[in-house]
Amino acid sequence: MVNEVNTEPQNRKQMPKTSYSRPMIGSTGKTGSWRIFDPVIDYGNCSKCRTCWLFCPEAAISIDEDETPHIDLDYCKGCGICAEECPKKCIAMVRSGETKEAPV
Amino acid sequence: MKTELMSANYAAAHAIVSARVGVVAAYPITPATTIPEQIALLSEDGIYKGEFIRVESEHSAMFACIGASSTGVRAFTATSSNGLLLMHEALHWAAAARLPIVLVNINRSVSPSWNIHVTHDDSYSQRDTGWLQFYSASVDELYHTIIQSFKLAEDERVLMPVMVNADGFVLSHTLSTFDYLEPEEVDKFLPPYNPPHWVMDPSNPVSHGNIVFPEYYQEFRYAMHEAELNAYKVYQEVERDYKRLFGKYFGGPIDCYKCGDADVLFTSLGTVGSEAKDAIDQLRAEGYKVGNARIRMYRPFPVARVRELAKRAKAFACFDRGLSYGFGGPSVNDLRASLYATEYRPLVKSYLGGFGGRDITVTDIKEIILDTHKAMEKGDLGPEETWHDLR
Amino acid sequence: MVTVKEMPLREYVLKGNAACAGCQDMVALRHAHKALEGDVIQVVPACCTSVVQSLWPKTCMDVPILNTAFMAAAATASGVKAALKVKGNDSTQVMVWAGDGGTFDIGIQALSGAFERRTDILYVCYNNQVYSNTGTQRSGATPLYAQTSTTWYGKTEPEKLLDLIVAAHEPAYQATANAAYPRDLYEKFRKAREIKGPRFIHIFVPCPQAWNYPVEKGAEIGKLAVETGYWILWERVGDKFELSPISKRYQDPAKRKPIEEFLQIQGRFSRLFKPTRDEKRLADLQAWVQHRWDLVMRAFT
Repeated sequence: MVNEVNTEPQNRKQMPKTSYSRPMIGSTGKTGSWRIFDPVIDYGNCSKCRTCWLFCPEAAISIDEDETPHIDLDYCKGCGICAEECPKKCIAMVRSGETKEAPV
Repeated sequence: MKTELMSANYAAAHAIVSARVGVVAAYPITPATTIPEQIALLSEDGIYKGEFIRVESEHSAMFACIGASSTGVRAFTATSSNGLLLMHEALHWAAAARLPIVLVNINRSVSPSWNIHVTHDDSYSQRDTGWLQFYSASVDELYHTIIQSFKLAEDERVLMPVMVNADGFVLSHTLSTFDYLEPEEVDKFLPPYNPPHWVMDPSNPVSHGNIVFPEYYQEFRYAMHEAELNAYKVYQEVERDYKRLFGKYFGGPIDCYKCGDADVLFTSLGTVGSEAKDAIDQLRAEGYKVGNARIRMYRPFPVARVRELAKRAKAFACFDRGLSYGFGGPSVNDLRASLYATEYRPLVKSYLGGFGGRDITVTDIKEIILDTHKAMEKGDLGPEETWHDLR
Repeated sequence: MVTVKEMPLREYVLKGNAACAGCQDMVALRHAHKALEGDVIQVVPACCTSVVQSLWPKTCMDVPILNTAFMAAAATASGVKAALKVKGNDSTQVMVWAGDGGTFDIGIQALSGAFERRTDILYVCYNNQVYSNTGTQRSGATPLYAQTSTTWYGKTEPEKLLDLIVAAHEPAYQATANAAYPRDLYEKFRKAREIKGPRFIHIFVPCPQAWNYPVEKGAEIGKLAVETGYWILWERVGDKFELSPISKRYQDPAKRKPIEEFLQIQGRFSRLFKPTRDEKRLADLQAWVQHRWDLVMRAFT
């Protein structure tokens, strides 16, 4: 079955004949560039309850083996829901000062 | 192969069994209704072994076929006139999704006012959707064209849906003998459907139909056009195989009868083209050099074949049982357009008639052919368009 | 109720997609798929979800998605289900994921037909109460007095009670859910997964764009909807109706927060408060909360 897709086809020879798409992370690019505020976790207070992970609309928060949550800043859109929902209020939304990745 | 006696609609229902269709989703509409009725009976009797979805509208019927075909199963539906029109969005969808669905359209006038008899407006108005279109003129031809259509549609060079048309009542409800093939016999012609590009399968997830931006949309449309142009050649292979395996042949994209030395060719779609053979025989007996060129494959339009015929013929009498309002007969204008880029300039006269099921008899056809013959002899086209039986 | 730590970690909604920041549809989708664990074919009519997948040739969904026309979701799903049956596949779920437009309005016919035929599909309506994808025009699910781009001074009719229409088809399972209560949503999908026959889950999904609220309040607004008694969480397995534990408390009007707390935070209801408070309209909306409770309880108990 032909379903390997060239993700940057330049002409029809590099395109399949029919328009199916393959699942991938970052399908709209590095959406972290959308952010104005960055979430910053205070790990000192984090109780590893996973509430932030539960509510993240982007699935940008992953949980490691020792239960610590990590926010993927390449993709986090900065909605702030994790900070709002965190029961320990240990996520701060800090205005971004750093240069972000250019939008795709 | 065994001879059966049935109406064209019943034969179409049996073709579903012969071709091992997996999913049928259909909604009743006169005169196509007896197709889903027979399929329901065949299903409840355990003869048709696929699924039959008794959908709540024709739009849903085609989309159910789209869902089934996207999941890798051979799908079929049948409808007429307003039902076909209601599916219009779905027809575009199936063609652009490149799903090899087969639809039998029993030609019937579109409404208002209600008229359940044959006019070709319904299928003519779907010319631009990307569906391949065939017009049949006998029970046997309808039955076998359906089976051939699955082979044609599922060919990787094509992967476009196919509409097989049959005139309402004149053909759909007329009983005639035909040669029935058991599924085991069809198996050697038609292998199981195996989608070559994408299929809905949790073990290999893909999204179909998400947004395509201007950078790429045109190329997908071009691929559809290319595929449909391929169908012209692929269908001839299909017919050749069919003749070899079952000894049956229906004439290719244009069924020609006594065209070899004809000065005037009569073209038409559907059952009128079958009646026309009698007209040709009678006129030939009177000394006229005339021939019948019944267009079977209407989309893709058989440009190459028309050009071959125009090389020798001096005039075409083109009969249309439907209309592109404000312009003229669809098949005659497609024929004229096919010849424009060549040096062939036969006289091409358009005849419209038979709307709303008004009968077109052998006498009518002879009148039409003689009218063109006269114009040819005088070297004067006369009216481009004649409504033959307008009162 | 499942605990957060028991919920699977695997994501089927992949990050970096085209959804708006704070999109509550994505929260619902994430947890629905965690419950179904990937053995699903998802049929998506025209709606936000068809757009958040991103542009060809990429998609953000790690499950098969069949995008389809706006009014055709349940019909397409019927075809997919029939095909799976023909292939002898009894386990893969066929799930429609449609917005309120594709369910309440243009898609209602196909939904009704599919359910009347007892089609074994899971139909999920994620309801952001507006045609969000096309720019927030009103839908049959838009609440009374809400501002939309086709009801600038507020919708003059209340929302359609679709759950009663679905119930008239006697589905095998029916439930309401809310993106602000992911564990409850997950449980309901787990339960639906085990049942055969037509199943319907109606998810309340705030939309920061259409409802005009500060984006970080997405989950809070969902919770307020339940805490004011406006959105009732319940499920029916066949005939057996049960209020979800969270909503049981709010059956008592005295325990509900005033509807104003839900309305005030949303820009789409700003005309109820500015330039002056519209007491009549606020009273109507407060009364409607009890009206829905009355109808639901009367219909199902």
